[in-house]
Amino acid sequence: MTAYILRRIGTSIVVVVGVTFFIYGLLHVIYPEPAIDVLGPKATGPAIQSWNLQHGFDRPFFVQYLSYMNGLLHGNFGFSWVANQNVTSLFAERWVRSAYLSGMSLILAVIIAIPLGIFQAVRRNTLGDNALTSLAFVTYAMPVFLLGLILIQVFALTFKVFNFEASQSLSVWHVIGDWHSMTLPIATLTLISVAGFSRYMRSSAIDSLAQDYIKAARAKGLPERLVLWRHLLRNASLPLVTLIGLSIPFLLAGNLITEQLFNYQGLGLLFFFSLQKVDYNTLLAYTLLGALLTVAGNLVADISLTVADPRIRLA
Amino acid sequence: MAQVTTSLTELDISRPAEGGEVGPLQSGWRLALREFAQNKLAVIGLTILAFFVLFCFAGPLVYHGAVLSTNLGSSDLSPGTGHPFGTDDVGFDELALLMWGGRAALEVGFFAAIIGIGIGALWGAVSGLVGGFADAFMMRVVDVFLSIPFLFIVLVVAVKYGASVLGLSLIIGGFTWLVPARLVRGEVLSLRTRDFVAAARAAGSTPWRLIRKHLLPNALGVMIVNVTFNVADAILAVAALGYLGYGLHYPTQDWGDMLSSGIQDLQNGYWWLVYPVGACIVLVVMAANLVGDALRDALDVRLRRR
Repeated sequence: MTAYILRRIGTSIVVVVGVTFFIYGLLHVIYPEPAIDVLGPKATGPAIQSWNLQHGFDRPFFVQYLSYMNGLLHGNFGFSWVANQNVTSLFAERWVRSAYLSGMSLILAVIIAIPLGIFQAVRRNTLGDNALTSLAFVTYAMPVFLLGLILIQVFALTFKVFNFEASQSLSVWHVIGDWHSMTLPIATLTLISVAGFSRYMRSSAIDSLAQDYIKAARAKGLPERLVLWRHLLRNASLPLVTLIGLSIPFLLAGNLITEQLFNYQGLGLLFFFSLQKVDYNTLLAYTLLGALLTVAGNLVADISLTVADPRIRLA
Repeated sequence: MAQVTTSLTELDISRPAEGGEVGPLQSGWRLALREFAQNKLAVIGLTILAFFVLFCFAGPLVYHGAVLSTNLGSSDLSPGTGHPFGTDDVGFDELALLMWGGRAALEVGFFAAIIGIGIGALWGAVSGLVGGFADAFMMRVVDVFLSIPFLFIVLVVAVKYGASVLGLSLIIGGFTWLVPARLVRGEVLSLRTRDFVAAARAAGSTPWRLIRKHLLPNALGVMIVNVTFNVADAILAVAALGYLGYGLHYPTQDWGDMLSSGIQDLQNGYWWLVYPVGACIVLVVMAANLVGDALRDALDVRLRRR
């Protein structure tokens, strides 16, 4: 077990190094002259040269990469010339808000998807199951922003229950308390995730229901509620562990679009504006951060699955 | 004891078993086609796709609405005579926009999926066939690409190069070959130990011929299923890029572009600028997913759902 976990961490580190190299190289190719983006299109040759010299862009690519990596290991994501601020401090202002939106949605999605999947599996092929399956299928095919627009139309414009804009407060506690503004963004991200999760949960619960230990539990006269609660729930939820780990890139993408739609001042919106202004280091840093979270998500999913399920062979 | 003997004699080999009508020998593809045609949802999905192909590619030949010249005098008209789906904020005809936007979405979806499967199949086949260190390296490369959030990296590249259908297809295709690469590699790993591959090797096939003539044709089922899902994903990706404003450039439009001011449109009560486009995206993506599910059931026996 320990050997497996160590090996798994080892490959993750290799992948992380590969990711940093690829993203750094790609941005280098796409934006070969950050000097022009910063100084403007009318910048003169000597000005560009001195800017490059000052910020180390005159050095060979590998030296630049290594010095960036060195900064990264010391928690330095570079400097945003657009915001005239360190990217680290730029992120520090905003990451809690994004984490709240994404984390809350993920937790709610899991809480909703598990009972929903079990309900559908138990009532397989009934009207309720078919209706929910169809609903999940439609939501699954829906772009995040369209779902958000529909929710805005229904709950903010037709019935004025919630606000169509997310909370603009700078204080996290205020944002969390402001359910009037935060319900719709969280609901949008939650429903999109539920559509994906509940399908897996349903098929996993159907698989588990066919197992002998469920038959045994029923045969010994355990009430159906306890059969589901004690025997089915844990076993059927296992695949969801992997799914949550793998869903991080989709969660981040959904987060970006939701933040843009509801004008929520998180990392996704920062990334969106950085695209417009070619904020080189912010783009680089957030893409890297997303990749790191993805690798970490996969790693945690794999490890927690092997811990949770001793039957999994560590090949 | 006597019973047993009678039941044994009844098992006459010359008489076919009941219910076991065996028709003329059928190829796997024909069986798959039959299974596919029996799947009602698949037929519905295929019909929807066929409708949208007609709507987007033949539609503009029949229906001529303004999509190039602005006319502020007739902006934001609600659906009515002359403009069955209304007009948008610069006076473009919404129905004609739906056709042209769908054309771009379908084109990018199709090309991106083809590019993705092309790279992925080759990468996976070579990786699985060569094995050893090269395989490990090539699969780590896939791991690296898969770790980068798709939308982020596509956005970063599309800001610079995503203005045209070809550019956007290349970008999206360039980041969707990873799953097909893994799938095809898995197929090749099991295929390469089979006797027909050994026979082809013994007959002097080069690795390239082996991949082209023996491995890829046998992995075709997996590839076709994956292409269908990738079309759906690519259409969603284009819509997301267009919505964020980093998709195709005018005059080429995509359904996503048409929704980029969706929230203002809703606040103004211009529902016709949001819901028809939204319905088109959902229908096409759902249809592609339905066809993909059915193809998987028909072609890929191991993944068959219960």
